[in-house]
Amino acid sequence: MITRRIALLGVAVAALVVAVPALAADDLNLPRQAVALVAPPFVHPHEQATKEGPKIIEFKLVITEKEVVIDEAGTKFQAMTFNGSMPGPLMVVHEGDYVEVTLVNPETNAMPHNIDFHAATGALGGGALTHVNPGEQVVLRWKATRTGTFIYHCAPEGMIPWHVVSGMHGTVMVLPRDGLKNREGKALRYDRLYYVGENDLYVPKDEKGKYKSYETVGESFADTTEVMRKLIPTHVVFNGKVGALTGKNAMTSKVGETVMIVHSQANRDSRPHLIGGHGDYVWETGKFVNPPEKDLETWFIRGGSAGAALYTFRQPGIYAYVNHNLIEAVELGATAHFKVEGKWNNDLMKQVQPPGPILPGKSSAADAVVKTR
Amino acid sequence: MLLAMKIKAAITAAVLASPIALTVAPVAHPVDSAITEIAAKPFQYRLAGDFSRDGKPAPAPLREALLAASIKIMNRQVTAGEYARCADDGRCPKIPQASAMAERPMVGVSWRDATAYAEWMTNKTGVLHRLPTDEEWVFAAGQKVRDEALPLVDPVDPAQAWIARYEAEANRARPGALDPQPVGAFGRNENGLLDVGGNIWEWTNSCFLRMTLEPTGAARVTNTNCGVRVVQGAHRTYMTDFIRDPRTGGCAAGAPPANLGFRLVVEDKNWPALQRMIVATFTPG
Repeated sequence: MITRRIALLGVAVAALVVAVPALAADDLNLPRQAVALVAPPFVHPHEQATKEGPKIIEFKLVITEKEVVIDEAGTKFQAMTFNGSMPGPLMVVHEGDYVEVTLVNPETNAMPHNIDFHAATGALGGGALTHVNPGEQVVLRWKATRTGTFIYHCAPEGMIPWHVVSGMHGTVMVLPRDGLKNREGKALRYDRLYYVGENDLYVPKDEKGKYKSYETVGESFADTTEVMRKLIPTHVVFNGKVGALTGKNAMTSKVGETVMIVHSQANRDSRPHLIGGHGDYVWETGKFVNPPEKDLETWFIRGGSAGAALYTFRQPGIYAYVNHNLIEAVELGATAHFKVEGKWNNDLMKQVQPPGPILPGKSSAADAVVKTR
Repeated sequence: MLLAMKIKAAITAAVLASPIALTVAPVAHPVDSAITEIAAKPFQYRLAGDFSRDGKPAPAPLREALLAASIKIMNRQVTAGEYARCADDGRCPKIPQASAMAERPMVGVSWRDATAYAEWMTNKTGVLHRLPTDEEWVFAAGQKVRDEALPLVDPVDPAQAWIARYEAEANRARPGALDPQPVGAFGRNENGLLDVGGNIWEWTNSCFLRMTLEPTGAARVTNTNCGVRVVQGAHRTYMTDFIRDPRTGGCAAGAPPANLGFRLVVEDKNWPALQRMIVATFTPG
């Protein structure tokens, strides 16, 4: 049993350890690799399959509380973020690697925070070991024992959902060491990867129906919680903002290129759909030990999970990637676009006759029915 | 020739002077509601709608145009306060706007709302008020018209034009502010019209037409859809008549107008009649 005195002694020892290089306390004799994280929808460079043995992969997450704009009308929102983006960055490692995260809560923040990794085992996903007040940092290491895409999110007692829907969520992708495979065991690869993090937002309105803005994160808490409890989001967005992945920020690809789309929703169900395309291989639950489903039209992302879909573009043009609850896509913001270069394939699709007047007497499906009678 | 006249003054005069049953309320206009008359003169007009030649998409023809007569058009957009009076009268649908915006242009209106307002104004004043046609709007907008030639869709490879259009739309300058701004915030054009091509797009009365270009160059209408009207502003677009908020998303990739509002045209032909009526009532019999 740990007494308070021993616990305090532990703190003192920890303080001493900090004085010498932190890595000296390492009990794992494994190579280390520090990875610089990249803001979504992009991802840091990584191997899809690796011949190297397990490593300790070091990541740094800096928590940033800040005001952001979440739609074209300029609605202001008090966000809480990992590394300043909603969602936080995608972290890619391989099975058997150790993920070592330095979680920094700068003094400029107002709230205590922590982090719960769905991919990690024990201590509430690390949440119980990572509470940091403003002005503190913590280092947590966990072993990636299962492959797949897994959510991470902030989980402070009593305020978990508020922190999550305020932007504190992201995804870890643990790849099999020998890469992704289809049902028959054949290797699957992607030419590029996009990370789409969906976020339901609950912005309070004033008595005139205008969105309210707040000076600080804390001031928004009571009103926001009231809106959250009704479970009707005011916005459902990809990557933090209505239109974050459209227009000049549309995702790009080319005909013949295979794209991996990692889609996370830390709080609420979603149903991604690529308009005009498909999911060639989809790990709907995101766990790579299960064979991918093939040729999906829409896939289901359970709230609190991330999934992955592979698609090889076969036709150029503009594609919309939406939450196929189309009310959420069009009215609330859950729409992204792909701009795909390449040459049109008339065999896959052709406009046989442009729109024009309805011609009487010409054969059509309707006429054919009449003829059979 | 530029002739501005205060319709408010004219109407008030009619009420005071006329024993006839003109149901005109002495409307207190919070802002200048001048109507500008612009004399007809030739202008360049790119036809609105969808064009094809020999079954293939074709660019909309650019024509030398001339309106049949001078046009009398509001030099500013209808304000929220003005629209609210029509709504209070029960003749326009009630559309909530922040009360502080009363003196700013009305936004969030459909073609149907705008048309209801025009009819209300016509009944109130006895002078025919209506939305401009696309030709009239382009003529009055003058130098503010942006003739945007979007690439044509090649049926053999339609995707190239979609991508080019998407990029053109993505590169369009977006208005800095989306909320309606004070009247005049977007400047005055050479015809005296305020805020043309600002952050409010304006309904016109022109229907969406699908046309075939004949070898003679004549445009033959193959389909008329009056459920979709031409909307004008920083770029020309087409909107279903009951749309109030021109958002996009999902299948519809592209940059929509920021706001929908309107300004009205006063029909020339009834005006002299009213004037004669006013004169007649002043003339001792």
